[in-house]
Amino acid sequence: MQSLLGAIVLTAGAVFLALGGLGVWRMPDTWTRIQAGTKATTLGMILSMAGAAILMPGWTIKLVLIALFLMFTNPLSSQVLARAAHRAGVKPDPRTRFDALAADEEAKR
Amino acid sequence: MSDRLAPAKLFATTFLFWILLNGSLAPDVAVVGLIVAAAITYFLPNGLSFLSGYKAKPLATLGYIAFFFKELIKANLSMAHLVLMPTIAVKPAFVKVRTKLTHPVGRLLLANSITLTPGTLSVEIEGEHIYVHWVVAETTDPEAATRKIVAGFEKYLEVIYG
Repeated sequence: MQSLLGAIVLTAGAVFLALGGLGVWRMPDTWTRIQAGTKATTLGMILSMAGAAILMPGWTIKLVLIALFLMFTNPLSSQVLARAAHRAGVKPDPRTRFDALAADEEAKR
Repeated sequence: MSDRLAPAKLFATTFLFWILLNGSLAPDVAVVGLIVAAAITYFLPNGLSFLSGYKAKPLATLGYIAFFFKELIKANLSMAHLVLMPTIAVKPAFVKVRTKLTHPVGRLLLANSITLTPGTLSVEIEGEHIYVHWVVAETTDPEAATRKIVAGFEKYLEVIYG
């Protein structure tokens, strides 16, 4: 029972990670790709850690620490990548209808 | 930050983290941990820890955690829907939102939370404004976007880090 539950949670995590990969591949520009990647890897990682903790209860504390660490650093690195891409002048997808950041930076010059 | 306990909090969190990672309180492990935690506290006296500025508000903390996970799961389901559709139906925009939070840890948590919630990604933070990339933008008006993106988290973070 316990191993079945663990396997189900681990598989759910793997499915979200796979969807994240698909998202990075299918999305049209840098920022939409970062979005698909960050959300999916964070939930996928948490579910993988939870599944591993159900299968191996002795590892729970370490797995929780790893999950916490990644929950803090995952969105942080995505934000830095997104900012770097914007500062480097990467072109957003043509469907992007408004860019408040570019407008405000233009106004300051 | 005029928090006189800040170095003690930094020391406590780094040392606790080390002990939990090792899973033991053996003397050699504890001594190495004490030395490293002391060195980190000495060289980075203004370093932030989870506890800097944290006010013990258990209800708001639980509310924030519950809201965060609810939003994280919603974000993944909507992203899965977007990604699995035959045509990628995005309508992105960079919008500006405003935050009332002043404490750095509270702002960090807010920016991170925005990144992990449905369709939004923090790009730049400047003064009281956060610039957010929105995959399916519903509005480009700063006030409406603030209500939609920021208000849910700010309600809890205001209490915890206000």
